[in-house]
Amino acid sequence: MNKNHRVPSNRTLSAVEVKSKFGAEFRRFSLDRSKPGRFDEFYGLLQHVHRIPNVDLLVGYADVHGDLLPINNDDNYHKAISTATPLLRLFLQRKEEADNSAFGTDSLTRKKSPAALAAVLLRPDANRKKPPVIISLPRDFRPVSSIIDVDILPETHRRVRLYKHGQEKPLGFYIRDGSSVRVTPQGLEKVPGIFISRMVPGGLAESTGLLAVNDEVLEVNGIEVAGKSLDQVTDMMIANSHNLIITVKPANQRNNVVRNANSGGGATSGSSGRSSDSGTSFYGYSAPGAMAMTPSHIIQNFRPEEVESEDDEEDLVIEAGGEAKLIPKAPAGATASTSMPALPRYEPHLNLRTSNGAMATSTSVGSLSAPDRGQERQNLEEDGTVITL
Amino acid sequence: MKRFRRHGHDSQRDKLKQDLYHFNKTVEHGFPHQPSSLGYSPSLELLAIGTRSGAIKLYGAPGVEFMGLHDENAAVTQIHFLPHQVELVTLLDDNSLHMWTLRAHQGLSELLEIGRFTLTGPPGALPCVTRVTAVLAHSSGELLLLGTEGGHVFVVEVPGFQELEKLNISVEDVQSSVPEEYIGRRSLECVEALQENPLNPRQVLIGYGRGLLVLWDLDRRCALQHFLGTQQLESVWWMEDGGSLLSSHSDGSYCHWTVSTDTAVQAEPDKQETPYGSFPCKAISKILQLPTRHGPPFLIFSGGMPRASFGDRHCISVIHSKTHVALDFTSRIIDFFIIREGAQHKGDPSALVVLVEEELVVVDLQSEGWPVIQTPYLVPLHCSAITCSHHVSSIPLKLWERILAAGQLQNTHYSRKPWPINGGQNLAPDPPQRDLLLTGHEDGTVRFWDASGVCLSPMYKLSTSGVFLTDADPNDNMNQGAEGEWPPFRKVGCFDPYSDDPRLGIQKIHLCKYSGYLTVAGTAGQILVMELNDEAAEQTVEPTVVDLLQGQEGFRWKGQARLDVRDEPVTFPPGFQPFALVQCQPPAVVTAIALHSEWKLVAFGTSHGFGLYDYQQKNSVLVRCTLNPNDQLALEGPLSRVKSIKKSLRQSFRRIRRSRVSMRKHQTNNAAKLQEINARLEAEALQEMELAPVQRKIEARSSDDSFTGLVRTLYFADTFLSDSSHNSPSLWAGTNGGAVYAFMLRVPPVERRMEDQVTAHPVKEIQLMHRAPVVGLVVLDGRGVPLPEPLEVAHDLARSPDMIGAHHLLVVSEEQFKLFTLPKVSSKTKLKLTATDGSRVRRVGVAWFGSVRVEDYGENNLVILTNQGDLHVISMPALKMQIHYPCIRKEDVSGIASCVFTKHGQGFYLISPSEFERFSLSARWLVEPRCLVEAPPRTHSSSHPDHTHRDQPDGAATEHRICREDTEEFENSARQVMEHALLNDEQVLQEIQKSLEGDQTVLLENNMKTKPSVGQVLSNGD
Repeated sequence: MNKNHRVPSNRTLSAVEVKSKFGAEFRRFSLDRSKPGRFDEFYGLLQHVHRIPNVDLLVGYADVHGDLLPINNDDNYHKAISTATPLLRLFLQRKEEADNSAFGTDSLTRKKSPAALAAVLLRPDANRKKPPVIISLPRDFRPVSSIIDVDILPETHRRVRLYKHGQEKPLGFYIRDGSSVRVTPQGLEKVPGIFISRMVPGGLAESTGLLAVNDEVLEVNGIEVAGKSLDQVTDMMIANSHNLIITVKPANQRNNVVRNANSGGGATSGSSGRSSDSGTSFYGYSAPGAMAMTPSHIIQNFRPEEVESEDDEEDLVIEAGGEAKLIPKAPAGATASTSMPALPRYEPHLNLRTSNGAMATSTSVGSLSAPDRGQERQNLEEDGTVITL
Repeated sequence: MKRFRRHGHDSQRDKLKQDLYHFNKTVEHGFPHQPSSLGYSPSLELLAIGTRSGAIKLYGAPGVEFMGLHDENAAVTQIHFLPHQVELVTLLDDNSLHMWTLRAHQGLSELLEIGRFTLTGPPGALPCVTRVTAVLAHSSGELLLLGTEGGHVFVVEVPGFQELEKLNISVEDVQSSVPEEYIGRRSLECVEALQENPLNPRQVLIGYGRGLLVLWDLDRRCALQHFLGTQQLESVWWMEDGGSLLSSHSDGSYCHWTVSTDTAVQAEPDKQETPYGSFPCKAISKILQLPTRHGPPFLIFSGGMPRASFGDRHCISVIHSKTHVALDFTSRIIDFFIIREGAQHKGDPSALVVLVEEELVVVDLQSEGWPVIQTPYLVPLHCSAITCSHHVSSIPLKLWERILAAGQLQNTHYSRKPWPINGGQNLAPDPPQRDLLLTGHEDGTVRFWDASGVCLSPMYKLSTSGVFLTDADPNDNMNQGAEGEWPPFRKVGCFDPYSDDPRLGIQKIHLCKYSGYLTVAGTAGQILVMELNDEAAEQTVEPTVVDLLQGQEGFRWKGQARLDVRDEPVTFPPGFQPFALVQCQPPAVVTAIALHSEWKLVAFGTSHGFGLYDYQQKNSVLVRCTLNPNDQLALEGPLSRVKSIKKSLRQSFRRIRRSRVSMRKHQTNNAAKLQEINARLEAEALQEMELAPVQRKIEARSSDDSFTGLVRTLYFADTFLSDSSHNSPSLWAGTNGGAVYAFMLRVPPVERRMEDQVTAHPVKEIQLMHRAPVVGLVVLDGRGVPLPEPLEVAHDLARSPDMIGAHHLLVVSEEQFKLFTLPKVSSKTKLKLTATDGSRVRRVGVAWFGSVRVEDYGENNLVILTNQGDLHVISMPALKMQIHYPCIRKEDVSGIASCVFTKHGQGFYLISPSEFERFSLSARWLVEPRCLVEAPPRTHSSSHPDHTHRDQPDGAATEHRICREDTEEFENSARQVMEHALLNDEQVLQEIQKSLEGDQTVLLENNMKTKPSVGQVLSNGD
């Protein structure tokens, strides 16, 4: 399910050293890298070595970047095993005490060492004893950069939301003119396109890992760039820079998400034939039929007009002698607003679900209904061999 | 249900839009860019100009204009009207011939192309065999004789372009009868000239490049006489009596030959003369001689100057009796012709019409001193490069007359003769109102043009340089030649691209049409306030220096110095006279001005801040520094990166010039050489581009970007700034960094205006979070209508603004339109442009659109021009896109930057340094040429034709031209490649332009296209 890390194929070491921590206790053991087994076996093993057979656990591990990532299924378990060099550090928590917010891409970059992380996990929490956890309103979440709209896009494409809000990090990428090959009924056709040409080290684009050099830019905030000049696309991106949503055709098509036939987009397989389907317009994929098929998914789909009304940065006004403050919206009804009629609200927190498969499932516990989750698991499966144009 | 209703409303709106908006490019004002040929029809009294881009333009009486464009993008090298017809033939650089006609349709004539033709030689023949070098439109009106590079003459029937093979005159036919010893082993070279015997149309004279002239009988198909010239031939002229010939040559000589059928071969000319003699001279490219009824003839020729001392002059010499003048033009001579008196155009020469590369000059040959006649059209807008423009609609008659009167006093040196070219009828209705277009120029002048109708005619010229001390000597009169100088030069024409001091350049203009106050601002931070005075006056202008940095430490201005002001009193001629001067410190380009004639205040801004000046009390009211402390670039000189681009540009031009020097005409291997150089240069340019692949950084705007403090727009408004019950005067300023500053002004009542101080208090500051440059600020009244101009209400020309309903502030940034409530700032409506289509606002204006169907219905709308060259109309206050039209190519950055809107939905933009295109967005207001040209009645039978003067097919000049064009085309293509590379990056362009301000002569010499927009890209705000 996790698509965002390439699986190294040839590992020389056969044994993985595991250091597992639960509360204040450490356990060390080793696993065979080539035959890690299934997740439930591993889960049993952990309960066994820590001698906590009846405790429900959340399992997390520190990956190579120092991020705390969850282990809760076969995929991320295998991933954790295969990428561990040389030590796999595990952090176990009681499920009822779980601190979901600890998981995240920058959770450990902020706190640097796993030791510090452990301190976070172990810190006394006043809310700990108060189930159920109070979930804030969506607007209180800090949106993060993510892949969105997986279910409505062709699997060859990826829609990435670079959320710059309040961050000092530069967006940090360059675009260039280029040409791409399209499959048309007449055969292969070379058409001009816009490509990502460079990443600025340490920039938002690079640090999210969601964009790469030579990815072809297809849309900017829901608007197709075909027929637009490099300068126009540059200006569009800069004008949308506070909430930039780029649809790309990744140069590397190995990490694509492939959907089953019964999913919203109706993809059948990862055959290269799909690549001719270059009409990535959002509107095409949100046809009423598709909506009806996947009603639970449609809410997370990106709607440009909502973004416009919701996520716009507010201007500041400084009155004489006063403080700078946000400019409020004039009372509704005073005038006809240019924004579109009310549509289902765009709820950014739901994007977390698909931003990073493994993490998403764990964070969505409690916020998503169980059947929905089941369906999602069914709909998304990995196929690392898809090569498309 | 609701949906349905809305739909109905939309279709109603669509209908209304059709009544309000209609896009048309109506007329081109000014002088055609890069003219390449001239034609004239004496019978139609129409003048035709062909350009290097394949356009032809016809002009007759003022207002009679036609324009046509060849599909081929090739230079028009020759234009010939068919005698006594409304047809004309054009020859293009690609050797194709085109037939055009003026066809009347519903009472109006239009110029149409009705046929095209390319000579095809015998199979296997070299291309030079059919390369046309000389064209003769035979007086019968049925034949076209085409002389070619191979020396053949082909005869073609017109208008159908039927080849009449049996009439062709091959070079072999001619050679056979020429003495063997003359021919030798050399070829006769190309046909340079074809002339018809003015008395016998069946006889034509063929002039060959080597110097041989052959008199050919078309009926008997044989040579009647040979004239064995030995000098390279440039042109021939057949005297009116048919008895003698003139031939001009490349060594600066001309020969006189006698036609007589007695002697088959004339080996020596009767007379050979080199007018500017003894030392080697340049070619006389065209010569003609015309008799006068009582007295000696006029001899007129172009060129022939002594090579070493005056080889670079562009001269036409006119010799009449004892009078000999060498008219000295400031640009290259394309062609010339003479207008003759009388119904049959056979009388005395009355005017000499000269087309030079940058203007049309008409010299009155009948008045004493041969003064120049002022042209009513084809005015060289670019006599000094245009740096900005300003349009004022509906000028009150009083002001109009005063400006006209001031202008007439300036035009005393022009001839009083009426305009001599009067073909066609102007059927356009009188313009509905008086409109002024003001253009600011690089030399510090402001020119006032009557822009009411089809003809953009000059009214008045204002010079600001008198206020300042410049290097130029005020007594330096260009027209004065030294006594007894030889050749007897006389400067003519007004094209003068050389500016004394680039700091004088005008950047912003604002005219109050009610009070006659004018303010102009320039490149070195100078702001002049002027008043119209009908009398000359002597006065001293005291400058007020305003420090916009307000003592910010650590800044050092590395740009130009402030202009020095004359201490002693200066006499200003009648017209606009300066009475107040503000000089900004640092002396950076003024990027925004606003004038409020009722409050007697002027606001101005540069890249460092803005200020408010009270021109009644002549003191500074307010200074506000907008400079970001981190912004070093705003104080830096040109960047090193830009310098290197400038250097490479310069080197490229040098290379071109060097290669041009070595080129001689008629060298056969030239073309190949040229191509080679051409290809090499292009490859070099491309290679340079590849080395630096075009990529764009994607980064959010930040407050630390450079030039965020640059003031883009200033605005005065009487509105509710701090509380909703009391309105007060206010000043608004918008910057490049997306900030809007608002100041409340206290203007004393009129009776205490001289004593009490004007004060300004900061009240609001708005920071747009998208940080795009603010290019426009408008306050809408309670009805959603923009506030009227100062004094407009006082003159009963506008409804007083609604002060009961709430006012709104409309902020136009390059990316968005936002409407805020006042006095409490809350956002109400917005429209995003860049986020949705990637284009950015370049120019903005407010215009009133009247409905064509309902007399009293109209709307105030916002008109914008984007960096993609598209025009959009946006409603106010709802901020909805109404309509959009593509207007300018997006590569044409200077065209986009030059655009000005009128208050009635029209606009102007530069299509070349010398031409304004006029467009209209309004369905109700339209200014376009409507004219009729009718075929002249044929009064003579074809056997005895009326041999009027025709524009002579000037083979020599043509050849010369072709050669020049090649080099220039080659220069062009190189320039295009470079421009393409540069113009893609506006940032770079801005920087180049800024850096060039200090070094303009190089570009001016090369007549660079981007020239006129110096400083404009930076100062888009209006």
